[in-house]
Amino acid sequence: MLRIFIHRLLLGIATVAIVSGIIFAAVEALPGDACTAILQRDASGERLANCRRELGLDRPAVTRYVEWASGAVRGDLGISAHNNKPIASLVGDRLKNTLLLAGCSLALGIPLALFLGVLTGLRRDRFSDLALSTIAIFAMTIPEFVTATVLIFVFSIWLSWVPGIVTASASSPLSAFFPGIVLPVIVLTMVMTAHIMRTVRSSVIDVMSSDYVQMATLKGVPYRQIVFRHALPNALLPAINVIALTVGWLLGGVVVVEKVFNYPGLGHYMIDSISDRDLPVVQAIALIIATAYVGVNLAADLLAMAFNPRLRTLKARSP
Amino acid sequence: MTGDVLIDVQNLSIGFTGRSGKLLPVLRNIDLGVRRGESVGIVGESGSGKSTLALAMMGYLKHGLRVISGQSLFGGRDLLAMPSRDLQRIRGGKIALIPQNSGQSLSPNLRVGAQLTESLALHGKVTSSGIPQRVTELLQQVRLPDPAAIAIRYPHELSGGQQQRVAIAMALAGDPEALLLDEPTTGLDVTTQAHILELLSDIAVRLNKAMVYVSHDLGAIARVCSRVVVMYAGEIVLDGDATTVLTNPDHPYARGLLASIPRLGNPNLPMALEGRPPPPGDAGPGCSFVDRCAIAEASCRSERPGLQPLLAGGRVRCRLHERAGSIPTKRAGKPASAGGSFGEPLVRLSNLAISYARQSLVDQLLGRKPQGVPTVDRVDIEIRQGEVIGLVGESGSGKSTILKAVAGLVGPANGEIAYDKSGALPATVEQRRPEQLREIQLIFQNPDESLNPRHTIEQILAQPLQLYFGLSGDALRERSIAILERVRLGAHYLDRLPSQLSGGEKQRVAIARAFAAKPKLVLCDEVTSALDVSVQAAVLDLLDQLRRDSGTTYVFVSHDLAVVRALSDRVAVLYQGRLCEIGPAAAVYSRPCHPYTEALLGAVLEPDPGARPVLMAEDIMELSPPAKGCPFQRRCHRKVEAICESMTPPQQDAGAGHIIHCHIPIGELTSVQTMSALDNVVRPHVQ
Repeated sequence: MLRIFIHRLLLGIATVAIVSGIIFAAVEALPGDACTAILQRDASGERLANCRRELGLDRPAVTRYVEWASGAVRGDLGISAHNNKPIASLVGDRLKNTLLLAGCSLALGIPLALFLGVLTGLRRDRFSDLALSTIAIFAMTIPEFVTATVLIFVFSIWLSWVPGIVTASASSPLSAFFPGIVLPVIVLTMVMTAHIMRTVRSSVIDVMSSDYVQMATLKGVPYRQIVFRHALPNALLPAINVIALTVGWLLGGVVVVEKVFNYPGLGHYMIDSISDRDLPVVQAIALIIATAYVGVNLAADLLAMAFNPRLRTLKARSP
Repeated sequence: MTGDVLIDVQNLSIGFTGRSGKLLPVLRNIDLGVRRGESVGIVGESGSGKSTLALAMMGYLKHGLRVISGQSLFGGRDLLAMPSRDLQRIRGGKIALIPQNSGQSLSPNLRVGAQLTESLALHGKVTSSGIPQRVTELLQQVRLPDPAAIAIRYPHELSGGQQQRVAIAMALAGDPEALLLDEPTTGLDVTTQAHILELLSDIAVRLNKAMVYVSHDLGAIARVCSRVVVMYAGEIVLDGDATTVLTNPDHPYARGLLASIPRLGNPNLPMALEGRPPPPGDAGPGCSFVDRCAIAEASCRSERPGLQPLLAGGRVRCRLHERAGSIPTKRAGKPASAGGSFGEPLVRLSNLAISYARQSLVDQLLGRKPQGVPTVDRVDIEIRQGEVIGLVGESGSGKSTILKAVAGLVGPANGEIAYDKSGALPATVEQRRPEQLREIQLIFQNPDESLNPRHTIEQILAQPLQLYFGLSGDALRERSIAILERVRLGAHYLDRLPSQLSGGEKQRVAIARAFAAKPKLVLCDEVTSALDVSVQAAVLDLLDQLRRDSGTTYVFVSHDLAVVRALSDRVAVLYQGRLCEIGPAAAVYSRPCHPYTEALLGAVLEPDPGARPVLMAEDIMELSPPAKGCPFQRRCHRKVEAICESMTPPQQDAGAGHIIHCHIPIGELTSVQTMSALDNVVRPHVQ
């Protein structure tokens, strides 16, 4: 088990390293650099050369990559070209806000999705299943900005229950985001719940028609015990991977939702940085998103292994 | 010995609603009583309704099924109309099921001990403090070694035989009055199967329980049951004592079924029972077997026969049963087209080794060879033109792996495969010439998986014809029809999809596809294992006919020794990827020399009430072959100790190309055999 963990961890680190190289190379291949962004129209001749010398941009790409990468490992992501502040603190604020948004959505969405998935799976083809499954398909297919617009219209303009946009600045304390965060959380919850719920539903249906559930029934095991002891531990395993994908998606910046609600998170910041041509920031955010994806998937695989005796013992006991 | 009626099914009909909205019956008017202490076998082919009947005896209907009429009584109460709380008490407590595939019937997330504990807690005739003790006793009772170690394992950590034993222990946990066994040994290796049946018949006798044993395998039924019920198209067609039903039954279907079973002592092909049972709802007003019956009259078509009592005891659903005796049960069909003389060698496997061990990334970078013992090793077989060579062995014996290597799907790790006059075959299909690809064709076990479900039969057959012969248009169609007719299917099959055909028809299409390429060598991988016996006999007959017509060479892989016997000229016995014995079929079967062959043949179950399998080798699970010495050393009942563990057994020639890989001197091997075993296998069939 420990060996597998170390093996997977090393693979994850290698993946992030390769991705960081690709990000650096891609940004490098773009026309313009931090100095052209800082100097804007003055970016020519002597001034440009001076700026590049000052920022060390005249050195070979490999040297700069090594410097950037080693800085990133230490938590130093460089200086924003837009306002000359350290990127670590700029991005740090946004990351914290995104984590808040993701955390709230997950805390609401995962239990709801698991509950609805199990319910619809167990009540397959009955009215409650058909109704909930249909709603889920709607929630999945309607784009987030449509849902967001409708919710803003109803709850903030029409009923005036909650604010329609977030007015807090990026560096405000977390408490400042309430109650503005409510609508974005609801939109995100709707989308993710539908995805997870459908996976759980089909997995519950599979497991409930499996030979071992039939066997448990014929052994005289009461229904409740069949569900909680024989079916769910097996049926919920596939949910782990879908949840991991969802978490990655939430951390990777839910660009549209953050933009619509003016929420100062990572996705919003990335869009702004792209339009400002603030390449060091874009580079840093891309790296963070990639790391989050790899980390979450690693965690999901290890969790799946821990909960599935088949995966766990196969590796550990066979020679 | 037998007591009051415990299970009593009365006029039970069960059906499902078809796509047309009509109610289609899968069980029709079943009347069956089982007494305490009685063991009843229910036999029938797939779709006969036998499993549905067994589950109905526990008050369980699969999704979509419902009761049309009748009752399923247990101890006088109808299980099909009982509140679930009462059902829970009866299921597992009074009547317990031993399922077909225990690997899938044990919950994968719970340890074996926990699952047994659950049964004991539910139907506990023991106090909670006595449960661990009882778990151990149960595991001992089903003869599992080291119960403490087994109890803390998960189901997937056990072998198929061990899983089946755990399932039996679980059924015994509630101390039920009746046991239902739903194909409990199907899918297990022959030696394991023989051990499990031995255990079951011992339990039946010792614990005096009512037993219902559902199986398509008459050999297994013969071993365990004293009374046999034959089902056909959802009806009981015959009910009688085992000896009569298995040797001289009064129903034409039962007689046809017996004749279609290949037998070890009989080198001839079994008799095919042509046609197939009517699908649910399609049986006409008359007898459901009428289309396949050899003695049917016009009146059989119009009037449904009742289940009438026989003078000698038992019941039969046939109006002409007095004449059924004229249908032969043992007269096997024509002998397989054997012959002593074959052509030039076509394929020669020399010192073949195949390894599935994959090189890890690190090994590749360092240029290291993969480690571990190869799956197949030191295999030397020469196959001559026009010959049928059978490869037999239990799962893990490497027989399918060898086929894949010849087909070019896996590359050999060592040795070579010489083909025809062109020398060594390139390792994989990518490197082979189109001509070689055409000449070597492979037929798979399961046509459901080997035929593309979205292609019509025409498209399936067109592929080899276009690829190898560049046919198109009318020529293509003509050839397709000609090939279909060769496999005894007509032109009207061309625009059908595989899902519209029966299992036997699908396998015929797969055979047709292989023969469309005009192959020289056809590799058959368990081609009849997924089929019912009567269909199997027809497919064997077809393969033999095709070979007779075109002189094709077959490599025929099967775990079923009797099937191999029926078709093969020579047989190679494999264990753990190593050759044990190879020789003419007649010699290997009548005088098995290698201890493994002896054990295998001894364990085969023949559909004769008198035959008892002889258990020699332990049914332990071997994950990988031993690094050195004889592959069979760990299970051998005639082991000569040290030398078997250290030295590769020598090849000994018993004459006429019969070669045995064993340390025991040839004279001793042939003379001092476990005679009882041989006696048993051969005696009932010597004619």
